[in-house]
Amino acid sequence: MNNVITPTLSPDRSGVGTDGPTPLLRIRGLETHFDTADGVVKAVDGVDLTVRPGTTMCLVGESGCGKSATARSILQVVESPGRIAGGEILWSPHGKDLVDLAKLDGESEQLRQIRGGDIGMVFQEPMASLSPLYTVGAQLMEVIRLHQDVTEDEARERAVGLLERVGIPNAAARLGSYPFQLSGGMCQRVMIAIALSCNPALLIADEPTTALDVTTQARILDLLRELQAEFGMAILFITHDLGVVAEIADEVTVMYLGKSVEQAPVDELFRAPKHPYTRALLQSIPDGRPNRQGQPLPTVAGMVPSPRNRPTGCTFRTRCSSAMPGICDQEVPPASMFGNDHLARCHLYSHEDATAIPEPTVAVTSRLEVTERTNPTPDEEAATLLEVRGLTKHYPLGGGMFRRSTGTVHAVDGVDLVIREGETLGLVGESGCGKTTLGRCIAGLLGPTSGEILFHRDPGHAVDLASLSSRQLKGLRTQIRTIFQDPFSSLNPRMTVEQIVGEPLQVNKLARGSELRDRVADMLRRVGIRPEYMRRYPHAFSGGERQRLNIARALITQPRLVIADEPVSALDVSIRAQILNLLDEIREEFNLTYLFISHDLSVVEHVSDRVAVMYLGKVAEQARTSDLYDRPLHPYTETLLDSIPVPDPQRRNRERERTRTDDLPDPANPPAGCLFHTRCPHVQERKCASDVPELRLLGTDHRAACHFAEELQLTGMSRSDPSE
Amino acid sequence: MLRYILRRILVLIPTVLAISLITFIIIQLPPGDYLTTVQASLAAAGDRPLDAAELARLNERYGLNDPWYIQYWKWISGIIFHGDFGDSFSYGRPVSDLVQERLPLTVTLSVLTLLFIWAISFPIGVYSALRQYSAGDYVFTFVGYLGLAVPNFLIALVLMWIGLTYFGQSVGGLFSPEYRDAPWSLAKFGDALAHLWIPVVIWGTAGTAGNIRILRANLLDEIRKPYVTAARARGIPSRRMTVKYPVRAAVNPFFSTIGWILPGLIAADAITSQVLNLNTTGPLLLNALMAQDMYLAGSVLLISAILVVIGTLISDLALAWLDPRVRFRY
Repeated sequence: MNNVITPTLSPDRSGVGTDGPTPLLRIRGLETHFDTADGVVKAVDGVDLTVRPGTTMCLVGESGCGKSATARSILQVVESPGRIAGGEILWSPHGKDLVDLAKLDGESEQLRQIRGGDIGMVFQEPMASLSPLYTVGAQLMEVIRLHQDVTEDEARERAVGLLERVGIPNAAARLGSYPFQLSGGMCQRVMIAIALSCNPALLIADEPTTALDVTTQARILDLLRELQAEFGMAILFITHDLGVVAEIADEVTVMYLGKSVEQAPVDELFRAPKHPYTRALLQSIPDGRPNRQGQPLPTVAGMVPSPRNRPTGCTFRTRCSSAMPGICDQEVPPASMFGNDHLARCHLYSHEDATAIPEPTVAVTSRLEVTERTNPTPDEEAATLLEVRGLTKHYPLGGGMFRRSTGTVHAVDGVDLVIREGETLGLVGESGCGKTTLGRCIAGLLGPTSGEILFHRDPGHAVDLASLSSRQLKGLRTQIRTIFQDPFSSLNPRMTVEQIVGEPLQVNKLARGSELRDRVADMLRRVGIRPEYMRRYPHAFSGGERQRLNIARALITQPRLVIADEPVSALDVSIRAQILNLLDEIREEFNLTYLFISHDLSVVEHVSDRVAVMYLGKVAEQARTSDLYDRPLHPYTETLLDSIPVPDPQRRNRERERTRTDDLPDPANPPAGCLFHTRCPHVQERKCASDVPELRLLGTDHRAACHFAEELQLTGMSRSDPSE
Repeated sequence: MLRYILRRILVLIPTVLAISLITFIIIQLPPGDYLTTVQASLAAAGDRPLDAAELARLNERYGLNDPWYIQYWKWISGIIFHGDFGDSFSYGRPVSDLVQERLPLTVTLSVLTLLFIWAISFPIGVYSALRQYSAGDYVFTFVGYLGLAVPNFLIALVLMWIGLTYFGQSVGGLFSPEYRDAPWSLAKFGDALAHLWIPVVIWGTAGTAGNIRILRANLLDEIRKPYVTAARARGIPSRRMTVKYPVRAAVNPFFSTIGWILPGLIAADAITSQVLNLNTTGPLLLNALMAQDMYLAGSVLLISAILVVIGTLISDLALAWLDPRVRFRY
């Protein structure tokens, strides 16, 4: 292990690194409680946090750990019925007196001046954080005039300047736009402009990029970095994504169940994490390290317990593989210091009996020995299971009685695709690129406008799904099944688990009565849900468990092809790793073929044999996973890959390729020539804006639709050094 | 926007025609016609029934022997091409005259009721949402449910009794006896107001209770939305923020109610009008339906249908004016 420093015990040192410059914000022992009908929920239960002027502090942890409640407590904008129950929030901006924000009255003038004036805040859902009833200009100018004594004209001038500064093209005209007329990325830029309008000393960013596409996320992170260099404000950045942490943080605080468990400078945290929870989080990221592809992801066992059932002693002990009975369940671990500015709260470093175990290990879910794929890279010869030819799906815009249709959205526009028996084909692209529509057409949930979907039922016998009637399709629906994205809304809340999972068997008359119940029980056991829970309703399950139910429902008819539409996007990192491992296990067990749709390129890399990249309804590039990630041939793939936050703080200053704008062109009015030329960093005058590039075969099983694929030297995914 | 209005008006025409056809058929559905009703009432009064020749003459005159679609065509073509709603059988007068006598009072009452509902329910709704589960919220909720649950004619009787015993007021009707035939004057106007408040309050109670609940529920939804937290985090003063952001987003249903409050009063509250002896279109419609006076009944229902459609159009336009999300969808 690197740099083992004998930890010094300092139970009462709640702030870390007090030797540096005066902290701007110092939170000590913060407790934020929610009074509910079932008792008090301690969402934040003793958090310590220090933010220094001009630096970025990242607050990480899974959902339900109290990150947002901590951030909102600072400005006392915790949602009702939350309240600050204890602790201090010491705020000492340069040149002003120290104030304890926790002691101020929530409606006081002093706090009101600080909100938006000294501390700006940016939220997770940019579109929902702006009122749809006012123009962005009105909302921006309102804040400017609230905190500064300027005339309306001066405010407008500043507003235009701010919008230009945050990278909104044609800023003066944009002042008159309503939030719903802008894309999510543009709205987040507006939110940043509002937060920065009064030159705050601290910017609180609560998951500001979580709801955005990866390309937009990268551009927003770039913008925040630039703005910090220019305005010199400190940033408190809340995220669950360790890749983002590595990109932007100076210091990191890891939260678990309402407590801060580790605090360290970002390099040190990634190089030498101390707390078992931090280590587990770091290892459960699918980061594409070459030796890990196709291997099961290490996961944090179980899930975050509800704050109502907070474990005694160390709160993490129920999921910790190094938990020491008699110690961890008895005493709350004190803070141990490693050097000057690295703090962790774990008995492994403080308890006298624990010195024997210096290195916490990470739990890996129990699993069969099968770690090698039976069919690691299906070659060209593998039988074709599904073939899509010239598939299009158009939606008319408008139309109706006395109304003309105003255009057509080309959701899917001439897609050719081959899925081979036993492989996993990844389908990636930004939101709005048509990947979900394509998946639904293949699943028979949407009728395509034109094209063929040939499903090879038996060798040498193919049926065209596109030409079948819905009655004929019904039988095939047991062969092609879908796992939906949102585990919360895709299960009928009024049906029991038995009814939900058994429904496909029942409607297709495949089983009934006790046989049906037995098969449901088997399936549930297989996906890791106890069959005793069959009579329960979906609300009794967590997000990860619901996704297991979704998987059980998809697999109960023993399908051959499973379309997994963003199956892990709504889940936390550790739960995501559990579900990905499950999908991989059952693939081998049931001999499945997957079409894996996702916007998350690292997940796709982890699970896929081959990958197709979609842009505006067309396939931009298609290749074997390693070829595509190492040697992309389409500039769009390159920018996507380069936008992935790399979980390695050493590499944040690399050269980057970025799209030239956040905004996808209007799919009802796609650009002429190459669809990507409006955003392409390598766009060339000749050809790109006029000629439509064909999807060409450029290498072994490697196709790309770019005029200059041979000439461009594109860089692949930025990887951590395999020798680490 | 102009195109939108034009298109809405175009859609309006077939809608109204379809409504007229359906109401006409429904009026015709019960067995018998106007003349059988006349015969029955003559028999009930012990008078000699009409003889066959007389019946045939009347049948001919009213066109009752024709199939229903001919009757419908006669009626609707008269309205479209001549603006003629036909004659009422039982009153023996043109339908348009009968309606004209009653429509102004009906519309005045509807508009006053609407304003009353808004004036009362807006502050209470906002209060109930911002002080959810407070004593005041419970009191208003209770009173609101009472207003919803008690039948209107019962409230009418109670209010009339209170007006008579405690204020010594002549209740019922629109005017006190001394002003009934007097020319319009300030005093007569005041007298009318003194009478009008009773129906306005009665009709308003139910609508107010409904509106309070809707506004409260909407506002409770809105104040939990992220943009409210975001606005608070920007340091916008609490009261201004509440009115400008969540309240404004929650008032949409106020404007949607225009569509059904206007016509609802015309047809639906005949009983209260009867109790209060108000000369609105309600009792007229009730009598016409009982007597199978089909041109009168059909015309009143048609006018009420037109008001529904126009009311909906007005509320949609008001919504578009108020809410940019609606505005930019068109």
